[in-house]
Amino acid sequence: MNEEREQIMMRVRRALSPIQERAALPRYDSEMVVQRAMLAGRDRVELLAERMQRVNGQLFTDVHALVAHLSAQGWKHGYCDPVLWPALAVHFQGFTVELEFDRTRVDDYAFGITRAAGAIAESGTIVLNDTTTSRRLAALTPWVHVAVVERATIFLDVPAAIAGLGPDRNVIWCTGPSKTADVEGILIEGVHGPGVQLALVV
Amino acid sequence: MKFQPIDLAAAGLRPDKRASVYQSTKATHEKRTKLLFEQYNDPDQLRRWAGEVKQHAIENLDAYLPAVEAKLKANGAQVHWASTAESACQQVLKIMRARGATKMVKAKTMVSEEIELADYLGRHGIEALETDLGEFIVQIDHDHPSHIVRPIIHKNRREIARSFEREGLGAYNDDPQTITSRARQFLRHKYLAADVGLTGANFVSAESGRMVLVTNEGNSRFCLAATKCHIALIGIEKIVPRDYDLALLLNLLGRSGTAQELTVYTEFITGPKTAEQPDGPEEMHVIFVDNGRTDVLESDCREILRCIRCGACLNVCPVYRQASGHAYRSVYPGPVGAVLSPLLEGKHGFAKKADLPKASSLCGACHEVCPVNIPIPDLLLRLRNRANQEGIASPGTPPMGAWALLASQPLAWRTALVASQVMNHLPTNLLPIPALRAWQEERVLPEWRGGKFRQWMSQRRKAK
Ligand code: SF4
Repeated sequence: MNEEREQIMMRVRRALSPIQERAALPRYDSEMVVQRAMLAGRDRVELLAERMQRVNGQLFTDVHALVAHLSAQGWKHGYCDPVLWPALAVHFQGFTVELEFDRTRVDDYAFGITRAAGAIAESGTIVLNDTTTSRRLAALTPWVHVAVVERATIFLDVPAAIAGLGPDRNVIWCTGPSKTADVEGILIEGVHGPGVQLALVV
Repeated sequence: MKFQPIDLAAAGLRPDKRASVYQSTKATHEKRTKLLFEQYNDPDQLRRWAGEVKQHAIENLDAYLPAVEAKLKANGAQVHWASTAESACQQVLKIMRARGATKMVKAKTMVSEEIELADYLGRHGIEALETDLGEFIVQIDHDHPSHIVRPIIHKNRREIARSFEREGLGAYNDDPQTITSRARQFLRHKYLAADVGLTGANFVSAESGRMVLVTNEGNSRFCLAATKCHIALIGIEKIVPRDYDLALLLNLLGRSGTAQELTVYTEFITGPKTAEQPDGPEEMHVIFVDNGRTDVLESDCREILRCIRCGACLNVCPVYRQASGHAYRSVYPGPVGAVLSPLLEGKHGFAKKADLPKASSLCGACHEVCPVNIPIPDLLLRLRNRANQEGIASPGTPPMGAWALLASQPLAWRTALVASQVMNHLPTNLLPIPALRAWQEERVLPEWRGGKFRQWMSQRRKAK
């Protein structure tokens, strides 16, 4: 298929050759896309909680409250990243929590608990990547995803999060639960991804 | 009188469909405007910058394409090039066959619609399933999308419920929640059984080779978690110069397209998974598709290649709101489609869609909302001019011959101006057409003042 590559490159060069002066890359400050007034002087965790709520996500700083919430909704069976489990196990009395994720039984897991790589306070976003996510499927297929976010990894705004993407091959920003408005423009949550996006900040 | 194809299609649109298209486009447009102007001091400046970034990128594709290719290869992806739709389809098939794969799950990509990939693969014995809810419904109905972001904006829940019943997805139920959860249940097992996941890309950064994919439903995430091979079909115009530009573009895309600060899922992918991650593609192919784009680049309408497919111009367009998407007879409807579709037909196919650039009042709303500031009305005019130069017939245009004759003969013109004074004395209450008579009863024609300017001119000359 090298021939086709050459053909396309040749056509691109031919198309561009008559242009006298090519458009320059503009100099701009991406600060302009940041809602700075809203962010000024705010605590990152508080702000993240607020902004997550705006997109129908929910943030917990207290593991008891998180467990009570899961329990109250009847979400008692799930998966947890084995790295997180030693610290969490004591709180999950009466739950069935698997430390191995079995892709042939995706419907069995009501929740998946995995580590986040960070978060973005401005947009209420959870940042996942392959380095911190034990299994892509476990963060995606259960109805509830609980992302465990370390306080120090919360970016304040979107440009900062872009600058901090790092070398990971698969970075995913999750801003609220999966949703669609395809049917008559009516908002429905939980299409292919989690219907409930929670975060536990530690 | 004969009509343009787009007018005929629009005239045949069912009133309930027109109403639903009108209402939802209007609502999205209003939310978009509110969000942008409440949150930013000067959103128009952001649109101008984004436009300049993309214009720079497409005018330097000769440098950026090889740069992206090198990055992707270094990240472990295989890079392919397809100059035509047919070649792109064949290359996808070849990759599938080489793996012995028979099942593909597809995230929403406009390029795959453009090259009619799913049909092609179907004919070659491969199940290529659409996973975006809207596209899935389009697929089971053998229909076509009518909006780039909201493929089934033309369908109501009852039609969808009937389709689901017909396909064996459960007894008739038109509750949107039920429809969605049935699709969720059906499709998740399809992802897990598929071998190949196909996606597009919204942006590819030349600096890092990072491809960026945005979805709300999470279907592209599922494709890239469940399957072993990832194929990305990407138009060559999707390049952006730097990662830095992504913050600007993503903020504008979400707000302009669906009135969200950010789309729910934004994925940044630089290559196949590493050995430490149990889920996801071990093999990644990127196919860069031309399919007419270099022709557009060569034309005087290359600005349209900046388009980030947000759909804002469709939502605001008075013609789209009345005509809906199918009237444009192509994958790209609305103002963007009126420019792009005739151009993508190539030099010889242009005439087939030359009516589209004429379906506009040139009100300029599309230009005002476009997150990459594409001067769509100017481009429409250039295409009208091209159609005129190429002598392409224009059914429905009122005959202007007699008028042209009159206006180009000074004597005839002067006579007509004076003779028309007669209009001031017409017995309008005797008009032969009842509708006109009724109209006239309520209104008075302004007095005919033809020739006054000429009089003034000649007097002025005399006075000097
Ligand atoms: S032309 Fe502009 S407004 Fe229309 S879809 Fe493309 S980016 Fe959006």
